Amino acid sequence: MIPWEELEPLRLGSLKFDPAWLPQLGRGLLTTLEITALCIALGAVLGLTLAVLRVYGRGPLYWLSSLYVQFFRGTPLLVQLFMVYYGLPSWGIVLSPFASSVLALGLNTAAYQAEYFRGAIQAIPQGQMLAARALGMSRWLAVRSIILPQALRLVIPPWSNELILMLKYSSIVYFVTLMDLMGTAKRIAASNFRNVEVFLLVALIYLGLVVAISALLRRLERRVRVPGLGGGAEAEAHH
Amino acid sequence: MSDVVLRVEDLHKRYGREEVLRGVSFTVRRGEVKVILGPSGTGKSTLLRCITRLTEPDRGRVWLEDVEVTGRGVDLNRVRASIGFVFQDFNLFTHLTALDNVRIGLLKVKKLPKDRATRIAMEQLERVGLAHKAAAYPAELSGGQQQRVAIARALAMQPKLMLFDEPTSALDPELTGEVLDVMTQLARDGMTMVVVSHEVGFARAAADELIFMEGGRIVEQGPPEALFTRPQHPRTAQFLKKITALYEGGGALKDER
Ligand SMILES: Nc1ncnc2c1ncn2[C@@H]1O[C@H](COP(=O)(O)OP(=O)(O)OP(=O)(O)O)[C@@H](O)[C@H]1O
Ligand SMILES: [Mg+2]
Repeated sequence: MIPWEELEPLRLGSLKFDPAWLPQLGRGLLTTLEITALCIALGAVLGLTLAVLRVYGRGPLYWLSSLYVQFFRGTPLLVQLFMVYYGLPSWGIVLSPFASSVLALGLNTAAYQAEYFRGAIQAIPQGQMLAARALGMSRWLAVRSIILPQALRLVIPPWSNELILMLKYSSIVYFVTLMDLMGTAKRIAASNFRNVEVFLLVALIYLGLVVAISALLRRLERRVRVPGLGGGAEAEAHH
Repeated sequence: MSDVVLRVEDLHKRYGREEVLRGVSFTVRRGEVKVILGPSGTGKSTLLRCITRLTEPDRGRVWLEDVEVTGRGVDLNRVRASIGFVFQDFNLFTHLTALDNVRIGLLKVKKLPKDRATRIAMEQLERVGLAHKAAAYPAELSGGQQQRVAIARALAMQPKLMLFDEPTSALDPELTGEVLDVMTQLARDGMTMVVVSHEVGFARAAADELIFMEGGRIVEQGPPEALFTRPQHPRTAQFLKKITALYEGGGALKDER
């Protein structure tokens, strides 16, 4: 264990960074990462389902999914979070700040992810579905084994943006008393008035995360890239 | 009657007010090759799609051997799995290699074990002369090679019937030969085929019968030599004269429009 409390503060001009903040910020960071990962995962599963329903669904399935997307894209995220945290208890559903945050952020990002997935699905030429059906695949089998594998490759760049946005938006969870990276920073700053240093440090941590996630997703994109499918591959297509 | 593979009876299809098929009937026996030709917009593609109900016909009936494709409760996926369909623009699955394109129907539709599917797929790639391209993605293949893979993909399902919708018209003229060679060989091997094509050479070499369509109807049908030398209908004569001139002039038919 590193004795954070005993380390000398780092001084930069008039700024003073206290290493004792780090373990607390570390715990906050962990919460931020957990919330981001869980809400993105929830949003991906729900978003993909919504996208498939919006493209292939008929009747109520189609318009219910459209209504969902419209609602969550058309109202502020903070309002959605408060509806879950303060609103649901009046129906007898009491969730912890953590669960409320994951749920609200997850429901919100699902709507945005649904739009990205839908765009990618619709970018796949009609002939792909036609050829799959001509081979004897059911619609659902064709979606699973032909359309989605292509659409998921196309969706990586916009989806990366969404992941980064959610990482940053997750900082609003301190409004429901959750001690994420942002909440922790606020508490530290309130106790020692070192606002500039604490928030600068926190900004740098967010920035570092964003850079790391972007790099990771670009690697994923390159790994699954196939000639002729998106991402500048058109140029490779003719040689 | 038992050797009839495909029977099409009085097919009708309209899009809005446009009547695209107005009562098309014909039969294809085992091992027969029928070549359908006719001007653009005549309903040739629609006819092929209606046969497997990729497009739903408004009226009329289709039988594949003794199964009524247009019958109630028919297992359409099963019917389609036994009819090979080759498209004008290939429609190979972009994210799959040539081998996986040929194999996927065997794995996912026929549910064959992987080693058997791979063996069959490699045999079919071999048959179209592309075993050495098994690992290539569609974007890494020429148009002619893509179309040959698409033919192998259809053949791998061991179809009772192969439908071709202008398989060479999206190709550069110098690439049509390799595809037509594969198709000619297929015809010699006894495959039952319905081919929409304006390739005069192929029609003469491989077709048992030509079907001339116009305005959603079959205008005339008969053996290729009979149709080319003494067509009964003036429209047939006109059309065949035009495509023969183009063919002999070496021009691709797509320049016709
Ligand atoms: N999905 C559709 N919706 C509306 N109209 C259609 C549709 N598909 C085809 N048509 C129309 O039906 C007519 C026949 O089309 P079809 O593609 O069957 O002709 P074709 O004989 O194959 O022509 P080509 O030689 O150009 O391929 C055309 O006028 C076309 O515009
Ligand atoms: Mg056509």
